[in-house]
Amino acid sequence: MKNTFQMSALAATALAATAVPALSQSIDEKVNAAFSSSTGWFVNLIFSPFPGTSFPWIVAWLVVAASIFTIYFGLIQFKAFGHSISLVKGDYSDPNNAGEVSHFQALATALSGTVGLGNIAGVAVAVGIGGPGATFWMIFAGLLGMASKFTECTLGVKYRNEYADGSVSGGPMYYITKGFEERGVPAGKFLAVLFAIFCILGAFGGGNMFQANQAHAQITNVVGDFPGWITGVIFAGIVFAVIVGGLKSIAKVTEKVVPIMGVLYVLTALVILLMNFNMIGWAFGEIFRGAFTGAGVAGGVVGALIQGFKRAAFSNEAGVGSAAIAHSAVKTNEPVTEGFVSLLEPFIDTVVICTMTALVIIITGQLVMDPNTGMYLLDEGASTIQTIDGNKGVALTSAAFSSAVPAFKYILAIAVILFAFSTMISWSYYGLKAWTFLFGEGKTKELVFKVIFCIFVVIGAAASLGPVIDFSDAAIFAMAVVNITALYVLMPIVKEELKSYQSRLKSGEIKKFH
Amino acid sequence: MTKTIVVGYDGSKSAERALEFAAARAKSQGETVTVAHVLEWSPYTFLTPEELEERHARRTEEMARAESMVIAPVLEKLAAQGVDATADIKYGHIADTICQIASDKDAAQVVIGRTGHSKLASRLFGSVAGTLAQASPVPVTIVP
Repeated sequence: MKNTFQMSALAATALAATAVPALSQSIDEKVNAAFSSSTGWFVNLIFSPFPGTSFPWIVAWLVVAASIFTIYFGLIQFKAFGHSISLVKGDYSDPNNAGEVSHFQALATALSGTVGLGNIAGVAVAVGIGGPGATFWMIFAGLLGMASKFTECTLGVKYRNEYADGSVSGGPMYYITKGFEERGVPAGKFLAVLFAIFCILGAFGGGNMFQANQAHAQITNVVGDFPGWITGVIFAGIVFAVIVGGLKSIAKVTEKVVPIMGVLYVLTALVILLMNFNMIGWAFGEIFRGAFTGAGVAGGVVGALIQGFKRAAFSNEAGVGSAAIAHSAVKTNEPVTEGFVSLLEPFIDTVVICTMTALVIIITGQLVMDPNTGMYLLDEGASTIQTIDGNKGVALTSAAFSSAVPAFKYILAIAVILFAFSTMISWSYYGLKAWTFLFGEGKTKELVFKVIFCIFVVIGAAASLGPVIDFSDAAIFAMAVVNITALYVLMPIVKEELKSYQSRLKSGEIKKFH
Repeated sequence: MTKTIVVGYDGSKSAERALEFAAARAKSQGETVTVAHVLEWSPYTFLTPEELEERHARRTEEMARAESMVIAPVLEKLAAQGVDATADIKYGHIADTICQIASDKDAAQVVIGRTGHSKLASRLFGSVAGTLAQASPVPVTIVP
């Protein structure tokens, strides 16, 4: 009954909005202006370049960390890849633990949090600014990021809290506090609190507003233009029903449909690639050429590299610390096994799914190239590459998909909405975990967070792409600043775990069950 | 050495019939009964973050409920009949798990009730009795 009331109220507002389009457009503009003026300083701080260059320090921070972990753990992402897959298959799971959270389930849930619009819209933004070359750096960063993910998820399981009622909570907040204490390093509590604050901002930004924003963009793309806050209110209503109203059925359906959608998305992309299979060689050529020569994109090679790295980090969240929250619920006595499993995440997310998006955009010729020079033409302001219809973000991906088969636009629209929704649900959980870490658990406290979360859905859908993406990135990268600092302190612990596990695996003490 | 008869038991009418059959058989042959209660579970399903967090607690609850609601009354009944019985509560694919229990216990046979699904349903989803008949490591009795 209450629901019907809510729905009709919603319909009434939607109707009122279409009646006065001029007014509602100005609401969008106001939200937008307020948003960019209040978050601009934070964005500038995070993305400030090294003095005298255009290279943001934060991008270097992530890539250097991922490279250090890769070397420190001896190319673990390649060496342990096969073992990771047997772990996910359950080859090493004790049958007596059936009914507990399996490696597969932890991975699937973490993936549904990361496979989101970063893979669809984010990649389009990267390729739109950095050109095809950005794809190369994105894959490269994805491969390196596997080592970061390995480190943080091992720690997430090792230092999780297990409560008397059997529930578990884990994540950077916990491993920073406990791990620093164990190693006798000061300021653990301070860093954990800082992480929690950024995690809440990240949940509002990349985990929420960016998703709402791009979902709206894709919906208007299919049904025609209408004010963003309407999409926002509808999305907020559904999110509210799930996270506040406890409508688990919606979340459950989404969790089941999202993986299917992910597979469908990759298959659709593969179909487009097959339709243009004679162009695949050329597309990879463009990717390499762009990666090392710049091919006329804004900022040249460095521009391509920055965009690739940024999008990879934003999409797979390696080093950000969010995945450690989702992975920590797994049933295992060996924390490092979840580290192994988690390293598949950037692989699936970035190396497979993001690359598909990029290839489709490149192959369908969305980017305008000067036929004489082979250089990409830039828009006015010279910041982005010209696209055929002036599309950017998710609209660019959509144009690429529908240029091959017009109906693919609808598959994409459904994928976008579902991905956006599942990512929002996951991030509302991550944010909530950080919130309760700061303020303690309690019904009212949790409700406050959830309501604010829903308000940000509306803001996200109404704000224009620029300020939202900037803030989303900034908040998520701020988490990485704290998390990676902690990973440096705690990585010897992971190494010990790894050594001990590997020697026991070799000696046969850890055995296969299946 | 006394052997055991594994009975697939889920509290249903057909499982009840299977249990009676197994109990009578065990009594006359001097065998024991193992009551196998399997909670359908796949490690490849998708859960929300909240479900992950609560999974361990839920599992503990489910086990306790199965123990007190399903298994305890059955063991009591068998004890009253003078049949030596134990129970095994497991999670997993039902037929596979019963096969596993049968081979772990080196059982004399498996007894299972026929559920009487329609042809279409068992064609689509397979039936536990049918799968057991094909895959069990020991003889299977299907009680109608």
